Amino acid sequence: MNKVLLGLLLGAVLGAIDGGTAWFTPAVRSMMVGIVVGSTIKGLIAGVAAGVFARKVNSVPLGILFGLAVGFVLAFIVAYMQHGYYLEIILPGSIVGMIVGYATQRHGAGPATTSVAR
Amino acid sequence: MKFLSDKAVERLREGAEIPDLTGTRYHLLERVARGGMGVVYAAEDERLQRRVALKVLDVPGADGDLANRLIREALVLARLEHPGIVPVHDVGTLNDGRVFYTMKFVKGQRLDQYIETVSSVTERLRLFLRICDAVAFAHAHGVLHRDLKPANIMVGSFGEVLVLDWGLAKLLQEDAGRQSQIADPDATILEKPSKAGDSNGVVQTIATGHGTVMGTPGYMSPEQARGDVEHLDARSDIFSLGALLRFLLAKNSDSTANAVGKQHLDKALEAICSKAAAPGPEDRYPSVSELALDVSRYLDGLAVAAHRESVFEKLARFYRRYRFFILLIAAYLVMRVLILFFLHR
Repeated sequence: MNKVLLGLLLGAVLGAIDGGTAWFTPAVRSMMVGIVVGSTIKGLIAGVAAGVFARKVNSVPLGILFGLAVGFVLAFIVAYMQHGYYLEIILPGSIVGMIVGYATQRHGAGPATTSVAR
Repeated sequence: MKFLSDKAVERLREGAEIPDLTGTRYHLLERVARGGMGVVYAAEDERLQRRVALKVLDVPGADGDLANRLIREALVLARLEHPGIVPVHDVGTLNDGRVFYTMKFVKGQRLDQYIETVSSVTERLRLFLRICDAVAFAHAHGVLHRDLKPANIMVGSFGEVLVLDWGLAKLLQEDAGRQSQIADPDATILEKPSKAGDSNGVVQTIATGHGTVMGTPGYMSPEQARGDVEHLDARSDIFSLGALLRFLLAKNSDSTANAVGKQHLDKALEAICSKAAAPGPEDRYPSVSELALDVSRYLDGLAVAAHRESVFEKLARFYRRYRFFILLIAAYLVMRVLILFFLHR
């Protein structure tokens, strides 16, 4: 499995779980479907970005940092649009980004190297 | 009456065995090993200025059965150009009438010695796959090795794996023009060829005998042990590979192939070994590639064809395969619960 696909799948799974935890906040329970879908897409985007980054940069700390940054930015945008719940959205979103950044650095196949005979 | 000690006799014998390389391009360096048919020496190829391994027959005469066998071994090696098979450079007859051939000099260790330095099962299986690769190549070219055992496999100093000693090799396919030039080791020479060792130094097969037993107990297939040479096929080598796999997976490499089977192995690996070394050829893997594929599947954490898994075994394998991600998601869930707990306190 390549790094981008790995990031996409892991980001989607963690994003879905992340969105699912909104159930524990009674005030937003009525918007569960929208939150889960949005969170999944957010995780998916963060995963793909982390996967692409991992293909280009081979460094676990930088991968985690990149994942954290992407997760933070995406979660901030969502929270900004929600006009609230900043901590509830940004904190787990950033952690999802960090985890996906770490996983894509440690696992998944990098780009294939081709040797050219001259 | 004074007797010579065994050591003195051995020295005298070694001295008498030293081949006379005058008139050849080789310069003898040292004795490396002794095989069933002859002795292997390290020699210097003076023309190409490189070290080669020189295998020379014990007995003089280029028209004997052993000479045919050695020449045949060289011819078999010459047609098998593969990184896992030692390349032959030259074949000929010495001044003293002994037949010899030279091949690449491999620096390394025999598998039974090398394996003591490899503790990881994964590494041992990867090594086994490289052996399978060379044997599968030989089978694809119609050659059966028939004497696969740890002592006939060399691991070079760069980790390269070489299958050696093709003296018992058997040709499976008729390859017009070449097959007829390579005498079968099971051949019973009913009638001497008009000129043994013609321009190519080879002898024609006249008839194939039946009932000859050659090989190594423990690694030799039952049909080979019965001397049923006419019905030998790739599955005979697969039996040997199964015994070899058991040996590789043993914790103690001093164990014999049979004793190793009694040690505890992972069920899937045990099933692979049992299927490869099944007493009946029809119960074994049909080809070396199939055996190698099953070992590769095991290495990749996939189900193997030789073993039907229970639900628990499937779950355990799934966990082993995706342990990293399962633990990662579990860690995330724990973290998420903690965040929820602190945010809603």
